[in-house]
Amino acid sequence: MRVALFITCITDTLYPQTGRAVVALLRRLGCEVDFPERQTCCGQMHLNTGYRDEAVRLARRTKRVFGKSEIVVVPSGSCAAMIREHYPRLGAEMPRVVELTEFLVDVLGVTDVGAYFPHRVTYHPTCHSLRGLGLGGRPETLLRAVRGLELVPLPRADECCGFGGTFAVKNPAVSAAMCADKVGAVLDTGAEVLCAADNSCLTHLGGALRRQRTGVRVMHIAEILASTESGGAGRTAGLSTPEGAR
Amino acid sequence: MSGTFLGMPAFPVNAADAVQNSQLRHNLRRATHTIRDKRSRVVAEVPDWAELRSAAKAIKDAALRDLDRHLLRLEETVQAAGGHVHWARDAAEACRIVTDLVRATGETEVVKVKSMATQEIGLNEALADSGIHAYETDLAELIVQLGDDRPSHIVVPAIHRNRAEIREIFLRAMPDASPDLTDDPAALAEAARLHLRQRFLSSKVAISGANFAIAETGTLVVVESEGNGRMCLTLPETLISVVGIEKVLPTWRDLEVFLQLLPRSATGERMNPYTSTWTAATEGQTFHLVLLDNGRTDVLADEVGRQALRCIRCAACLNVCPVYERAGGHAYGSVYPGPIGAILTPQMRGMGTPLDDSLPYASTLCGACYDVCPVAIDIPEVLVHLRDRSSHPRAERAALRAAGWMLARPERLARAQRLAFRLRRLVPRRLPGPLSAWTDTRDLPDIPPESFRDWWKRTEGGTR
Repeated sequence: MRVALFITCITDTLYPQTGRAVVALLRRLGCEVDFPERQTCCGQMHLNTGYRDEAVRLARRTKRVFGKSEIVVVPSGSCAAMIREHYPRLGAEMPRVVELTEFLVDVLGVTDVGAYFPHRVTYHPTCHSLRGLGLGGRPETLLRAVRGLELVPLPRADECCGFGGTFAVKNPAVSAAMCADKVGAVLDTGAEVLCAADNSCLTHLGGALRRQRTGVRVMHIAEILASTESGGAGRTAGLSTPEGAR
Repeated sequence: MSGTFLGMPAFPVNAADAVQNSQLRHNLRRATHTIRDKRSRVVAEVPDWAELRSAAKAIKDAALRDLDRHLLRLEETVQAAGGHVHWARDAAEACRIVTDLVRATGETEVVKVKSMATQEIGLNEALADSGIHAYETDLAELIVQLGDDRPSHIVVPAIHRNRAEIREIFLRAMPDASPDLTDDPAALAEAARLHLRQRFLSSKVAISGANFAIAETGTLVVVESEGNGRMCLTLPETLISVVGIEKVLPTWRDLEVFLQLLPRSATGERMNPYTSTWTAATEGQTFHLVLLDNGRTDVLADEVGRQALRCIRCAACLNVCPVYERAGGHAYGSVYPGPIGAILTPQMRGMGTPLDDSLPYASTLCGACYDVCPVAIDIPEVLVHLRDRSSHPRAERAALRAAGWMLARPERLARAQRLAFRLRRLVPRRLPGPLSAWTDTRDLPDIPPESFRDWWKRTEGGTR
């Protein structure tokens, strides 16, 4: 199957290792991956901050860039939800856009992607994945099938981490209070790795986990699913990320 | 809306104070989680909850679509049953009407049923200016009134107080409270009951709101759980009800849907304890209905925002909101706090003050409110819609414009990515100015030497 990858601006800029992991994973599962190089950003930040006109421009150009693609895979719950929920209202309806774990479970019909990751992991379902897209148990199903991985439930997992895009800067006190509670819940699990399907929430949570010297690292689900006994996505699982640490 | 909150600072300033208040945080966490869990248990019991929810949405939408017709019908049926109907354009007019009605009775004291509409128009303050004392009879409203405080929740106005604080308020402000009063909830309720009993028996005038107004029959409905409402509605000689125009339901049958949704959503109860319905005046009673606009027709004129008028004031959105849980109700500077307040207040007041402009941003858009709303108000959608109409700080506008320019061409984005990596080592761990909001509690992410797009180009998609 031929898929077009919408990498999202934040993963492109800050977390290229997530992007490389997505490519490696999709190829391992037999997909041919296109990366339309004219892509930039879905426009979510502009829309949610109150700049609809700019958001409309970005939405329409994203639609144009992916106009010929048969199916578009997005490794971000919130960007995928932006396209699916809001694009129709912005005059930029884009059919056949799926989030990565939806693509794996629903389109490819795979739950065991053949990954190996011998670590204690907890999963934060992120609001737009959970309530926006309705990803349900897909990410956990994929993680449970990873050899060596011990998945521990996150208490009060469905609660927002407090990122909310520009909310984190416009309402820093409440954002930090929410983050503190989420970090507390993560530490209660005793996990080494906090995993999510959205790098934006992980930027916020990872920044706090690192500031507090918790020793817990954050990883996008694609990086875990791409890991194999031979190292997976071009790097050894378990070692601290050499670049783009969150 | 009421002037009580005018001049309050913007939400982030109020919230920054509130999150540091450990007593408030503790009280709110405990209370919201208790109601939240109870609600989720009793909602799960109802197999056709989703159908009830869409029915409620459809009924309210239909009622709002023909609001003018239903309101005239309501006026007709209430008058036919012997009631008097008054129309109030705004808070000032509504307060004037009610004050004049009370004055005409010659009374200087009134008892009140818990009512959001009268809180919204600042009725108690207006009455006090005319020498009329209004006694709140709902337990939580009584706590707020005796504590010289403001309500912080739609259903549980004293949610920010715990029982030890309530005991102190009673001992201080309730002359007939026993000095041996404990903080046992039953003892506190008993003290309030004894305090209020005489008021119920002696008051000649009562003021209420209404949860629903049935156009077909002229019937008003109050849903409450303490019985104080029933006492106020039945004992006094004059009853004045102040009701927002969006409370109209076309037919008696419509009520069935809402009486299933409201108690489960509001308090996690399967059935509401005291549901009072009255059609104009009971025997020997004079009844006045004051129909209140106060910004509601402006909300109705907004195609996206008008869904907020479906609200039945259950406060389920407050109880699940992570922002409300930490900021508390007072930070919203309105009698309508939480997610619903963040979309209702700026629409009803009209935007333009720093506080009202900041309310649509008092949310992470996490969507928990929309999930629990029994009338399916898409609160995140309305928040985003209002953000577009809000005035933006100049620096933010410049930054977002620059980002828009950069993201309009992939070449610009790629140049910015390479530049960011080169400049990263010059960026301090703690940023100055508004950006310190990020670095005060979080580390900045590292900038990788090569973006994904540059890697893709260099390696031809990882094939080299």
